[in-house]
Amino acid sequence: MTSTLSRLRGDPQARLGFAFAGTVLVAALLGPLAAPQSPLGLVGPTYGLPGAGTLLGYDYLGRDVWSRLLHGGRSVLWMSFAASVIALAIGAVIGIAAGLSKRWVDHAVVWGTDVLLAFPDLILVLLVVSMLGREPWLIVLTVAVSFVPGVIRLARGVTLGVVSQEYVEAAKLMGYPWWRIVLLEILPNISTPLLVHLGIMLTWAIGMLSGLSFLGYGVAPPAADWGLMINENRAGLMIQPWAVLAPVAMIGFFALGTNLLAESVSRAGSRIAVRKGVKSRARTLMRGNKRRLREQQARETRS
Amino acid sequence: MSVVPFVNAVLQVRDLSVTLGDGPEIVGDISFSVFAGEIVGVVGESGSGKTSIATALLGDARAGAVIAGGSVFVDGRDILALDEDERHTMRGSVVSHVAQDPALALNPMRRIGSLLDEVLRVHLATLDKAERHARIAEAASDVGLPASAEFLRRFPHQLSGGQQQRVLLALAVLLRPRLIVLDEPTTALDVTTQARVLTTLRDLCRTRGIGAVYVSHDLAVVRELVDRVVVLYAGHIIESGSRDHLFDNPAHPYTRGLLDAVPDISGRHAVRPIGGHAPALQDRPEGCAFAPRCSLRSASCSIRPPLRDFGDRRLVACHHPVRGKREDTAAPSRAPAFAEQQALAVLSGVSASYGANQVLFGVDLALPKGYCTALVGESGSGKTTFSRALVGAVEDVQGTFTYDGRVVPLSGGRDIDLRRRIQYIFQNPFRALNPRQTVGQILRTAVLHFFPIRSADADREVSAVLERVALAPELASRYPRDLSGGERQRVAIARALICKPELLICDEITSALDVSVQAAIIDLLRQLQRESALTILFVTHDLGVVRAVSDFVAVLQHGTIVEHGSVGNLLDRPEHPYTRALVADSPRLRETAA
Repeated sequence: MTSTLSRLRGDPQARLGFAFAGTVLVAALLGPLAAPQSPLGLVGPTYGLPGAGTLLGYDYLGRDVWSRLLHGGRSVLWMSFAASVIALAIGAVIGIAAGLSKRWVDHAVVWGTDVLLAFPDLILVLLVVSMLGREPWLIVLTVAVSFVPGVIRLARGVTLGVVSQEYVEAAKLMGYPWWRIVLLEILPNISTPLLVHLGIMLTWAIGMLSGLSFLGYGVAPPAADWGLMINENRAGLMIQPWAVLAPVAMIGFFALGTNLLAESVSRAGSRIAVRKGVKSRARTLMRGNKRRLREQQARETRS
Repeated sequence: MSVVPFVNAVLQVRDLSVTLGDGPEIVGDISFSVFAGEIVGVVGESGSGKTSIATALLGDARAGAVIAGGSVFVDGRDILALDEDERHTMRGSVVSHVAQDPALALNPMRRIGSLLDEVLRVHLATLDKAERHARIAEAASDVGLPASAEFLRRFPHQLSGGQQQRVLLALAVLLRPRLIVLDEPTTALDVTTQARVLTTLRDLCRTRGIGAVYVSHDLAVVRELVDRVVVLYAGHIIESGSRDHLFDNPAHPYTRGLLDAVPDISGRHAVRPIGGHAPALQDRPEGCAFAPRCSLRSASCSIRPPLRDFGDRRLVACHHPVRGKREDTAAPSRAPAFAEQQALAVLSGVSASYGANQVLFGVDLALPKGYCTALVGESGSGKTTFSRALVGAVEDVQGTFTYDGRVVPLSGGRDIDLRRRIQYIFQNPFRALNPRQTVGQILRTAVLHFFPIRSADADREVSAVLERVALAPELASRYPRDLSGGERQRVAIARALICKPELLICDEITSALDVSVQAAIIDLLRQLQRESALTILFVTHDLGVVRAVSDFVAVLQHGTIVEHGSVGNLLDRPEHPYTRALVADSPRLRETAA
């Protein structure tokens, strides 16, 4: 694991991803402390442009966009983290269990995930939210449930790959208890793909939660929230674009950052170096051509 | 060294070197030639650069590697100086390649006929359909395949391994090339199939005047097949010469060591491992690469010896070449009569199946206490199923298993004591150890599982067992990825030994290892057996290894034991026709004593 970490530190892509995601995270967590205005106070003109005393102008009710931006990240970030982690935990347990159990249990789990996967994520969440209400914990749970089938499929697949390895069979032959086999032999060897999937789920969750807020099913106004801000101010996009573009940029940067990070973790985990094959072949070719030229010249001078 | 340009050489390699990017040299100063109709064997252990040379002969390098210099003249043209298009034309028509694993080399979605036809359509666009068919029929009969329409319509998975390899061979000779490069083409095949493919190959080269480069780690196969041999060590040629010279009077200490390390079917010899292990690419020493492992080394070995003429068209790169014939030391075999044996485990009427497919048909076998019994058979004979049934890892199995006087169920739960007394060692050391645990953790978990001891005592047990398998105790803190294949297999053996077993089941434990490493493992097993009177069931397909390691042999064919006896009797005077064929088809390193 240490070598994976040191590999990550040296990877420029991982650093970039860390910088993006980290900046947005810090802004969202510490932002409320640094905000110059209240996120709810009507302090300026409607759709007022950036100027003295206001970094990003005012929104459709005359609230300070910069202050709302700094306040609006917490809800979407904690909800997406919570949803992804819950989905990972539930999915990993079911997936590993399916990979280890008898054939018919495994089949049943796979069929179940197929049914759930066939149902569109966003529609499912919208259905639950419109029926049961828009409490944050409910939204988190439904988003998590919509992610679980993907985690199950992944965890089951990598578990099957590891279970067929001979060291797991050796542990079974020795008669080690099942929990030791799962915790010591299987889990450490499937953790990398699961962590990568966590990063990808985080990106999806942010997109989905912002989408929910945009559609009016997420955080209730007048609270500050990036997705909600996009929806509220879209009518004034041509007059005061910053009120829309600023939250869009925050969501975009965070999604990009987590994605880059997840990708480099997966690369470091599988120890894939940057491919040199094409380049080297080109170089061999070049050398061949050079030599041919040289030999031709030698022949010409001789004759 | 100076190479006289032979007019009739189909292949002439001069000072070829392949490097890893701009970094270390994978192979260097490679010079040899092949004449029409001649087969040259390129021999070396894993990591010696065999495959790099084989691909360079086609003007290619694996991803990450670069052909840094030298020239490869195939039929008079330097393939390295050509551009990519010209090389494409040469590949197949002048020089062709036969890959190691036919199952991976053939496109599973294409019919055999269309695979063959495609080569002709690309390279010889002027031929019409009838002419193409005639060429395919000719190539098929050359390699001993039927050219019927029914056969050509089959998919690769509908053929046996031997037939697949013949298809690859047919693809290689279809355009009547001057040179074929074969990269371990028979490692995936059974001995009987291997013997037939090798005969086909030899006849083909003789009658068509094709030169061949046969890359292999298997010295016995090389001896059966080739005319001349080139021996590689750490990326350099250390000896080359005619087959008889090289096998009878090897001059380089490494070649001698290698031949001493190979167990052979034709007689029982002491198998002597070469100490140490081949250097990794980054830590190859400055001077003679073999010096650290060599018993003859002196101060002069710090300078790399050039490849020098040693008489009889032989070349040796050594400061202290050995003259004279190589002698084997005979090893005594011990196998008293059956009557004196006390059986530790008796199996009778063992039948096993996977679904509707029955693999074992009423197998009876007794394992005499304190002796090593080899279970021999080709792939698919059921030998792995049988050995796994002994440890209770096969679900659908019937029969009775008497272990040390008490009847034990073959399938289902077993008590912890029985699990400790019967230990299983897997074939592939690269998959048998958890990559996320250190060697020490792996061994500690095992010993703490079976014995109620304190943690400090467990650590002591771990260092003791590492010493027994000839590994340094410091290795306990390392991860399996830091170890070589031989070291990993020693750790796997240590994991079995730390449980203090009575019966050790070894499933092809040496087949993934190099010869010199294999010899060390065989040595270790024999020594352990002497020390603690272990009973061993050694599953293998290699009759040479059987001769070296076991006291008794049982031959398994299609799930039934066809012959069973002491190793000397069975290998010298086989009675069952199947055993006879196996013994006759096994490649031999030495002339039969008889």
